[in-house]
Amino acid sequence: MRIAVCIKQVPDTEARLRVAKDGRWVDEEDLPFVINESDNYALEEALKITEEHGGEVVAICLGPGRAQEALRKALALGVASAVHLADDAFTGGDAVATARALAAAVRHTEADLVITGSQSDDVGYGSTGSILAGHLGWPHAWLVMGVEIEDGAGSAVVVREMEAGMNERLRIALPAVIEVQAGINHPRYASLRGIMKAKRKPLESLGPADLELDPSTVGAAGSRLEILEVAFPSSGESAEILEGEATEVAKSLVEKLRNEARVL
Amino acid sequence: MSNEIWVLLQHRDGALHRGSREAIAAARAIAGRNGGEVVAVLIGKGIADLATTAATYDVARVCTVEHDALADYTPGGYVGVLSAAILAAAPAFVVAPHTYQSVEYVPRLAQAVDAALVPEVVAFEDRDGLAYRRPIMGGKLQAVVRTRGEGTVVLTVQSGAFSADDAGSGSAEVVALADAGEPAVDREIVGVEQAAEDTVDLSSADVIVAAGRGVGGEDKMGPITALAAALGADIGASRPVIDSGWLPRDRQIGSSGQTVAPKLYIAAGISGAIQHLVGMKGATCVVAINKDRNAPIFSVARYGVIGDLHEVLPALTTAIEEAKAAG
Repeated sequence: MRIAVCIKQVPDTEARLRVAKDGRWVDEEDLPFVINESDNYALEEALKITEEHGGEVVAICLGPGRAQEALRKALALGVASAVHLADDAFTGGDAVATARALAAAVRHTEADLVITGSQSDDVGYGSTGSILAGHLGWPHAWLVMGVEIEDGAGSAVVVREMEAGMNERLRIALPAVIEVQAGINHPRYASLRGIMKAKRKPLESLGPADLELDPSTVGAAGSRLEILEVAFPSSGESAEILEGEATEVAKSLVEKLRNEARVL
Repeated sequence: MSNEIWVLLQHRDGALHRGSREAIAAARAIAGRNGGEVVAVLIGKGIADLATTAATYDVARVCTVEHDALADYTPGGYVGVLSAAILAAAPAFVVAPHTYQSVEYVPRLAQAVDAALVPEVVAFEDRDGLAYRRPIMGGKLQAVVRTRGEGTVVLTVQSGAFSADDAGSGSAEVVALADAGEPAVDREIVGVEQAAEDTVDLSSADVIVAAGRGVGGEDKMGPITALAAALGADIGASRPVIDSGWLPRDRQIGSSGQTVAPKLYIAAGISGAIQHLVGMKGATCVVAINKDRNAPIFSVARYGVIGDLHEVLPALTTAIEEAKAAG
């Protein structure tokens, strides 16, 4: 089995964010980038499946030059090869345009299964994997908390989260796109040996022409969605903010909880 | 291209999802800005009563598709039926609630009809035409986005962003959805099960101390436990804490965990992603402790402490113990 895992490199969720000068995105200078959280779980799930059922994992990442670091990390974790969609023509896309490029890359890898995260921690569309399935014409499942490959059956049984604490157990034919939720497994750490081996593993960088894609159909040019502005929401208005030395803040807070809010 | 605004109603076990009314409210808000007729779309099996209910909201009509293969929701079933109808009618907008179900199939529906997709809208704005406000970076920032080109715009609206009461009232006619496609069921439902055994019921807790990713590790839960003990509180957590295995899953508060409404909710190191906020916004008094003054948790808090929880919580525990001792 050949599993393609689509990963995204996103700003570390713990990083302090600043709005870029043009007001249309975050300032990426000095911003730490990591593999998107649910994509980390996707990598682990794919590696687990190939360890049990055989086969190999190929990681695909669409993003600028810095995203190569995410692919090197995936290779260090045990992924066999990597595809980097680094061309500028690919960047700035909405979910439809990004999924179009990823679909071409998945076909290029000849994968039988795509595993990816359910949602990116930056733009948070939660849509790219599902649209990727649409472009490929494969069935899909989103918010998956369990995957069992049925040997010889060409199918998988997946557990999908529903609302109100319920799960749905589904049988889905392969090839398919499975979008996993954070928490599905316990992602491994890269070993020193893995990191050394990763340096010699194949990492292919592909542009639109390599994938026979018209550049006007991908990236910002192929997108129907345009970000006009990003800003901090007008939060904090309702909260009375206390700051300063911890003991003083704590005393003042207890006094307010007792006498103002009357909840102590 | 018609000027219709379609609303995809979600339902389960014979009841409309509350997000369905919120989606109607959002559609009416679009109609108020851009004009156009709001049309409710309801597909499933045995949905006659639901259609009657939907017709009591302020919609021009309720369009239904009754089909055995729609007895249970599947992405292929829904996309098959709806995409043909959308392609034929070319509504200006298609609105759905941003639920676990919609987020799974609506993007694929948008792709199938070659529409622009705007996920998780929280508000509408006017920027030389209709623009949409939506959260990014886990809710720490918001983006204003606009669509380009002609054709249908498909959008999902965040839970709670529009009031269900604004679905209005009316007496619409119920008709069959024109040009509905065939359901192409693409997966088999094996069963529905409880996600986790709820051995801990936080729904009736009076006081909750909730831990977030900012706690920093399973071995760093001490200040949380100590504060909970001083307050006689239950301990809850946001999803990252559960996913990292620092606390068991039955402590999770939020859209895929428990919904709570305590008198006092102390959120420590929780940034406040919408998935968490929907589970705790019913709390009477929220205290948020976070290093990042832009954390969205402060927007639902009555009191906010900007600081390191590992310094603030022990001080708070001491202050509470002293206050108790003083009576």
